[in-house]
Amino acid sequence: MSQEKSTFTDRLLGRVSPAGLLSLAAPLVAIVFAALITMIILTVIGAPPLDTLVSMGEYGIRPRSIVLTLNAATYFYLSALAVAIGFRMNLFNIGVDGQYRLAALTAAAVGGAVTLPAPLHVALIIFVAVLVGAGWATIAALLKVRRGVSEVISTIMLNAIATSLGAWLLNKERLAVEVAGSNNIGTSPIGPSGQVPGLAIISGTQTKVFGLIILSVVMGILYYVVINRTRFGFDLRATGRSESAAVASGVNVKRMILISMVLSGGMAGLVGMPQLLGASYSYSLDFPPGLGFTGIAIALLGRNHPVGIAFGALLWAFLDTSAGILQIQKISPDIVTIMQGTIVLSVIIAYELVHRYQISAEQRRVSRQLASTTPTREGTPA
Amino acid sequence: MSQGALATPEAPFLEPKTPARRFRLTWRVLLLALGALVLLLSFARTVTGAVDLTSAGAINASIALAIPIGLAGLGGLWAERAGVVNIGLEGMMIMGTWCGAWGALQFGNPWAGVLAGAIGGAVGGLLHAIATVTFGVDHIISGVAITILGQGVTQFLSKITFAEMPGGGDSQSPPVPKLELLSVPQWIGDPLRALEARQWFLLSDVAGILRGLITNVSPLTIVAILLVPLSYYVLWRTAFGLRLRSCGESPVAAESLGVNVYTYKYIAVIISGALAGIGGAFLAQVAASAYREGQTGGRGFIGLAAMIFGNWRPGGLAGGAVLFGYTDALQLRRGGESVHALLLVVTILLAAVAVYQLVRQQRARAALITGVATVAVFVVFALTDSIPSEFTSVTPHITTLLVLSLAAQRLRAPAAVGVPYRRGQGK
Repeated sequence: MSQEKSTFTDRLLGRVSPAGLLSLAAPLVAIVFAALITMIILTVIGAPPLDTLVSMGEYGIRPRSIVLTLNAATYFYLSALAVAIGFRMNLFNIGVDGQYRLAALTAAAVGGAVTLPAPLHVALIIFVAVLVGAGWATIAALLKVRRGVSEVISTIMLNAIATSLGAWLLNKERLAVEVAGSNNIGTSPIGPSGQVPGLAIISGTQTKVFGLIILSVVMGILYYVVINRTRFGFDLRATGRSESAAVASGVNVKRMILISMVLSGGMAGLVGMPQLLGASYSYSLDFPPGLGFTGIAIALLGRNHPVGIAFGALLWAFLDTSAGILQIQKISPDIVTIMQGTIVLSVIIAYELVHRYQISAEQRRVSRQLASTTPTREGTPA
Repeated sequence: MSQGALATPEAPFLEPKTPARRFRLTWRVLLLALGALVLLLSFARTVTGAVDLTSAGAINASIALAIPIGLAGLGGLWAERAGVVNIGLEGMMIMGTWCGAWGALQFGNPWAGVLAGAIGGAVGGLLHAIATVTFGVDHIISGVAITILGQGVTQFLSKITFAEMPGGGDSQSPPVPKLELLSVPQWIGDPLRALEARQWFLLSDVAGILRGLITNVSPLTIVAILLVPLSYYVLWRTAFGLRLRSCGESPVAAESLGVNVYTYKYIAVIISGALAGIGGAFLAQVAASAYREGQTGGRGFIGLAAMIFGNWRPGGLAGGAVLFGYTDALQLRRGGESVHALLLVVTILLAAVAVYQLVRQQRARAALITGVATVAVFVVFALTDSIPSEFTSVTPHITTLLVLSLAAQRLRAPAAVGVPYRRGQGK
């Protein structure tokens, strides 16, 4: 509960004095710790630890790797935002994975079936994706508010169900066609009017950055404004902080759960869009699974703050991309997964420690102030 | 996290309104219900011809699939009774699959694998305890992180161990030495088999179920089943168990009586991880015969659901595990046909619920909704011949959702589950 209190809100409420630097130190310490663990593992399996990490870093800052990192960060960011909306009111939407894949599949099928003028076509595809993602999340929301089923369990179950529903829909009798030049099947390709051109903003490589990276940025800003600058956002944060206090001030908690789950699902629906409209133009089974879990991890790294999440997404994507060199060096790239898991676990512990330190520092400060204003209090006989 | 993390918080306050006629589960009711269920399955089998509803093979597979779910559920029970939500069970179970296979291969002894699985899971549990108990991290967040970590660690470990063994690969271990299966003597098994083959109403079904229960049973299955009464005894009949549960109900009160809440929480979460780890080892050794990546398939989460379904009690949890194991087994054995036949069973059960709601509870609207659902399921049953294979694989997941949506409001979680506790900060 306590680490939900983001440093930003703390600062907003003017409660924090030593926090600024400390809260930046927490993730840094965690990353160094994770690097240490990784180096120990590398030593154990007989690979040169420092050289490996350095070569990962060098590989990661090549122009092509930077583009790949930005592209992956684009959908990681959306996924983490989807999770963060729920986190801000203590809702655990673990179902982002299922929501995103079902949404991408349906949107791809709709997009492949129609031809419209370019902006309308793209808008239609994105609209369908948001609708399907939100719809799938609504099931979990309704189960929670009507039947009291924990969203943690129900979204995990709905993930599995979405996977098989997707497999059933992606069949040649239904939505799928054979992909030209491979054994895969996928939805029929989206025409040029529904494609979003890439941006050549990194020089030195042919690979382009997803055009929909702009969508990610816009969504980040939207998230910030809605959460911090609207009444809805205030209600949402209030419910997350203290449900009883929110109820007392007239917030309809069930309605809030429903709305925020739907918003989270809608955001999850967007996760597949950069890849779909920017690179593959057709949904097939090779869309990455597990993006929902990644989103949870990144939302935790970024403490649900839009800028923090952006850094988290970039870090995660950077690690994923730079793992590419490991294969060449005959080291299992899964070591990066271990590193990511360690980062998450140590970051949340580090945040918690910083938080505790802040509280005790605050208590000391207050007690000092009290002591200086009423100096005789200590000396009075009991 | 509020205490409503895994179940509704309002349920216990509604209960005292109707003190007159409270449903109590006694042995007689339980046996009657079991008998009725067998009768129902027998009826469904006769009508649809889906022999796997009660075949020995299906029952045997259900038990084998129920065990890992049940062990994960037991793990959840230990942790949550001490006030720690353990959503990391899945990660600990994944650790158990790798450790179970590795230990058995390394030492050439299946029991060594079981022990290794338990240790692997316990390490995950220790990590969860450090994060949640010592550092006060949110339980669900820590659990999710441990699940991610467990996946990464096992994938990595299997690449540096199994890939180099003959018959193994990056994501798969060589065949694991297995425990010898136990069976009752031939003179009991054979007549049962003959009776089952006759396909008589009820008699053949009972024979099939019996034969499934008492032939080809792994010793590990028996050990796992014994862990259920053992957990009950330790948690509810010993001073240690009382103290442990008091940490989950009111840690501050426990602290005031001199209980070291941290120690108890640590013990509970480590045992929880070990149980999940044994569940993982069971998957790798008994349910399959090798470690495979992604073998757990969310069974840790389903185990947690079984525990919630069982109202945080060992007996109910075992019932939930058998239910999920049975649906899991059916989808593996001529899934399309068997799950289709299961729809008939669901129809009849739903109809019974509707009648109960109307006659005994006099809730007309609820009865109407259930009635509509009954008709809908029956229409699906009547209009189709079998269920597409893509859907049969999620039978346990759909069952979980249905069961929880029907049952979640009547359940009561330990009062302080998921609530952060720090020593000396009681109010």
